[in-house]
Amino acid sequence: MTAREKVIFEYSRAGRGALDQWPAPVAAAALGDLPAGLRRQRPPLLPEVGELEAVRHFTRLSQLNFSIDTHFYPLGSCTMKYNPKACNQYAMLPEFLARHPLAPESQGQGVLACLYELQEMLQAVSGMEGVALSPMAGAHGEFAGVAMIRAYHRARGDLKRNEIIVPEAAHGTNPATATMCGCVVREIPVTGSGDIDLEALKAVVGPQTAGIMLTNPSTLGVFERSIAAVARIVHEAGGLLYYDGANLNAILGMVRPGDMGFDVIHMNLHKTFSTPHGGGGPGAGAVGVGARLLPFLPVPVVGKAGERYRWLTEADLPQSIGRLSAFMGNTGVLLRAYIYMRMLGREGMRQVGEYATLNANYLLKCLQDAGFDAAYPQRRASHEFIVTLKRQARELNVTAMDFAKRLLDYGFHAPTTYFPLLVPECLLIEPTETETKDTLDAFVAAMVRIQGEAEHEPSRVTSAPHTMPVRRLDDVRAARQLDLTWKPTAQP
Amino acid sequence: MSKVPADLRYTKSHEWVRSLADGTVEIGITDHAQHALGDLVFVEVPEAGRSVKADEPCAVVESVKAASDVYAPLAGEITAGNPQLAAEPEVVNGDPYGAGWLMRLRPAPGALAAAALLSAAQYQQLLDSEGD
Repeated sequence: MTAREKVIFEYSRAGRGALDQWPAPVAAAALGDLPAGLRRQRPPLLPEVGELEAVRHFTRLSQLNFSIDTHFYPLGSCTMKYNPKACNQYAMLPEFLARHPLAPESQGQGVLACLYELQEMLQAVSGMEGVALSPMAGAHGEFAGVAMIRAYHRARGDLKRNEIIVPEAAHGTNPATATMCGCVVREIPVTGSGDIDLEALKAVVGPQTAGIMLTNPSTLGVFERSIAAVARIVHEAGGLLYYDGANLNAILGMVRPGDMGFDVIHMNLHKTFSTPHGGGGPGAGAVGVGARLLPFLPVPVVGKAGERYRWLTEADLPQSIGRLSAFMGNTGVLLRAYIYMRMLGREGMRQVGEYATLNANYLLKCLQDAGFDAAYPQRRASHEFIVTLKRQARELNVTAMDFAKRLLDYGFHAPTTYFPLLVPECLLIEPTETETKDTLDAFVAAMVRIQGEAEHEPSRVTSAPHTMPVRRLDDVRAARQLDLTWKPTAQP
Repeated sequence: MSKVPADLRYTKSHEWVRSLADGTVEIGITDHAQHALGDLVFVEVPEAGRSVKADEPCAVVESVKAASDVYAPLAGEITAGNPQLAAEPEVVNGDPYGAGWLMRLRPAPGALAAAALLSAAQYQQLLDSEGD
């Protein structure tokens, strides 16, 4: 994996294009009354390569992927777990793929049944009273959740509640969502052991509190032990509890957000329930709600009357926050989740949570035994944990980023770096339930070797990666100069 | 080791405050903060005329690692945001206590006395306890 693949334009030679496969030229007359100013004056700059060159180019690009199908990918907070191929296979059945979203309900009872049962299963696993599947990403689900919280307060005539409380360990999308929904964000600190600071929480709740957004286990990789007290304080103040499902994998089948006192949850089906993710979609951010928010679920929801399934719309849910996506959201992702849950069953679902947690705790213990510092050494890990390389940065001048880059040379995707923000020089490591002990041991061995290099040959680490097609990218320049257009230096 | 000039006052959230001769104050982020954030790629400063409450988020500093709010160390009215930073955010990294100032503010009556600001020694102590 060392060769850099050129931009396809760099392979281009005038006249080499596979012209027979071009669309037929459009006669000028066929342009009709399209104004002259809108007509293209020059042909578009397209690469001219033969079919074989095009195939090789894109195949080589695909071989550069560093993916869960090729490498261990312990990217904390992202749950980059293996997605069983069967989930993809069955979701791609031609009857699903070819179904037109506007086809009548009578001809779509099969897919509606799948979606209905998915709603029921997600409801059961989250401990909620109702589920809507249509939000198309995690942040979209968050938006739906906070919009429902706002709608709930508004429906009660309680118009002053516009503050959303967010712990500092929260996912960055939480404050963004609250702001998008027109709320004011109040941030509260966590204690040294990773739990929410209850005194700080008590100080910010009041008649202006719309709700609180939490992830449990938190982004610090620990279970929020005071969740019952948090729920009581927020509920007594009249606010609602929002559960960010980012870390649902840790507690799947073990404990339910509904039982912890949450009123609304979004679930990243693409993360926990078997859709490859990390490339910007497609995703699915199904939302589950407790009794108080049931009337406000986004439409459509699948309902069942007798043996017939049908779409529920605003006519059935007049207080709904409305429609958030065309049709049913990303149905392909929903079907993958349905198949995954059906394959696992109740017992398998519980094993996901158990193995994800076991793997994380095993890896944490091994790394600690090898001399690495846990950010919360007194706490047991959930499905992920944080190692801090503060000591290495101070004593050896080798940073968490250097370790992360060097891991690539050893065949491991880097863990999440520098997140969460409140732990300096951190690696957030999430092995997931699908990795073997052998893989985890190999990761520890690589970390130990890198530590040795950092002590004896630090430049090897600080200049890594050495075996990737590109070395360190200039991420500062990339962020400051957003123009990514390739331009020819000289026409060949 | 981060620089902590003795003549400034500080907040726990890593802002510094400098009293100017005309009664206004200049505000920025500390050397420790710019170092922790890394190379800044975007800075948003408040416009003159805006009233801010103490602890209100009033500026944003964004690096390749993270975007962070900057909190008003005390209540008052913004008299200026540093116009240079929109085009040259890196100035905050290079000169956090000088050319990299973020905003100037006219304190609300009594706000300067009421603000719980740290001395340089106290802020240094805070950094030591955080393991800087």
